[in-house]
Amino acid sequence: MNGLRHLMSPMDFSVEELDAIFDVAFDIEAHLHDYKGALDTRILATCFYEPSTRTRLSFETAMLRLGGRVIGFADASSSSAAKGESVADTIRTIACFADICAMRHPKEGAPMVASEVSPIPVINAGDGGHHHPTQTLTDLLTIRALKGSLSSFTIGLCGDLKFGRTVHSLIHALTRYDNIRFVFISPAELVVPDYITELLDEKNIPYEATRRLDDAIPDLDFLYMTRVQRERFFNEEDYIRLKDYYILDRKKLSRAKSDMYILHPLPRVNEIAVDVDEDPRAAYFRQVQYGMYVRMALILTLLGETKAGINRGLLIR
Amino acid sequence: MLNVGKIEEGFVLDHIQAGKSMSLYRHLGLDRLDCTVAIIKNARSGKLGKKDILKVECDIDTLNLDVLAYIDHNITVNVIKDGEIVEKRALELPRILEDICICKNPRCITSIEQGLRHIFYLADEKNEVYRCRYCDERARGNDSGS
Repeated sequence: MNGLRHLMSPMDFSVEELDAIFDVAFDIEAHLHDYKGALDTRILATCFYEPSTRTRLSFETAMLRLGGRVIGFADASSSSAAKGESVADTIRTIACFADICAMRHPKEGAPMVASEVSPIPVINAGDGGHHHPTQTLTDLLTIRALKGSLSSFTIGLCGDLKFGRTVHSLIHALTRYDNIRFVFISPAELVVPDYITELLDEKNIPYEATRRLDDAIPDLDFLYMTRVQRERFFNEEDYIRLKDYYILDRKKLSRAKSDMYILHPLPRVNEIAVDVDEDPRAAYFRQVQYGMYVRMALILTLLGETKAGINRGLLIR
Repeated sequence: MLNVGKIEEGFVLDHIQAGKSMSLYRHLGLDRLDCTVAIIKNARSGKLGKKDILKVECDIDTLNLDVLAYIDHNITVNVIKDGEIVEKRALELPRILEDICICKNPRCITSIEQGLRHIFYLADEKNEVYRCRYCDERARGNDSGS
């Protein structure tokens, strides 16, 4: 991968480039110690303008495990944004200190504004309800790890399919792989946006929509659960009415295939009952682990530092 | 009946929806050009009932008319040289619109970032759909900044 690259959307990378990143991630999983000094002179800036525990810690841990260091801020009030500084000026400043930046911002497109002026790679770590590409990379890597490939399966997506950015990005990313069937499980108020179904129609990708999880679950190879997010609603009443619409429990899970896997971008509230956690099909905490591996692989790739993998014979473009 | 004389070189933009000529005037940047412009409002039209017409006396390479295709496909562009119509120009949808529409998504970074241009890209040529470069919000017909 040559030249300055950023990651704004999961579609920024070709399928081949993603495969190369996933190969590095699997190599990291198998040989974690070999990567501990890979970035020992490099610095990651985590610029988080809104709270995020999981994503920020995943990025920071990824960098620390590569031997690099981390600077940054965890909310806008502790940055110059509170004084009115623009995103463009902030990244120009950060680029004087760090080698790569992961940015989360409540405004959609903010990381793209940063990437337009930045001399260092910028990773979109979530921009409002728009994109969260490293979550999509995490989901793809997890599916490949569990199933061995990214083709030929039926995936059910359940919950908030209207505002859930992870769902939109994942569907979009999966349209590039073969023989995938989608089942959308949501209340009428939270169905997938038209542009998603239009995209599937255009590519002749099969999908169906249902309101009943019970009916859909026996056919699924993956069930991707989502949380109804309070912060995406303007109206509190709508949120309260819809937040408990779907709860996956052992009874519902008893209808699923023995090799179906449950995924969730987390945090979970109560849409997956805690007793499901012990079921071997519950893969959402493994997903978190893969999230760190894929962020390690992504940072290495964007910085052009894939020597550890190359030494092992991995072909990195 | 009002009579406006012929132009020697430039453009006659005909069949503009009545009332839209001033908006076109701004989008084409005519307010910044040192050339003669006639704005004819509410002219009688067999096709539209009423229409606007813009006559612009200028070098024919001066103006980029692509934006017209986004604003109104039905506009007729007559290219004039030596007082005669030499071409009826077909309008092509521009790949990019810069500061033609304003993103109405309150969650978009364009709503707060200083000095950021409003850029839309042509996402679906067949259906003439433009989306915001930053948030992918669809441009709506009434998003024009003017």
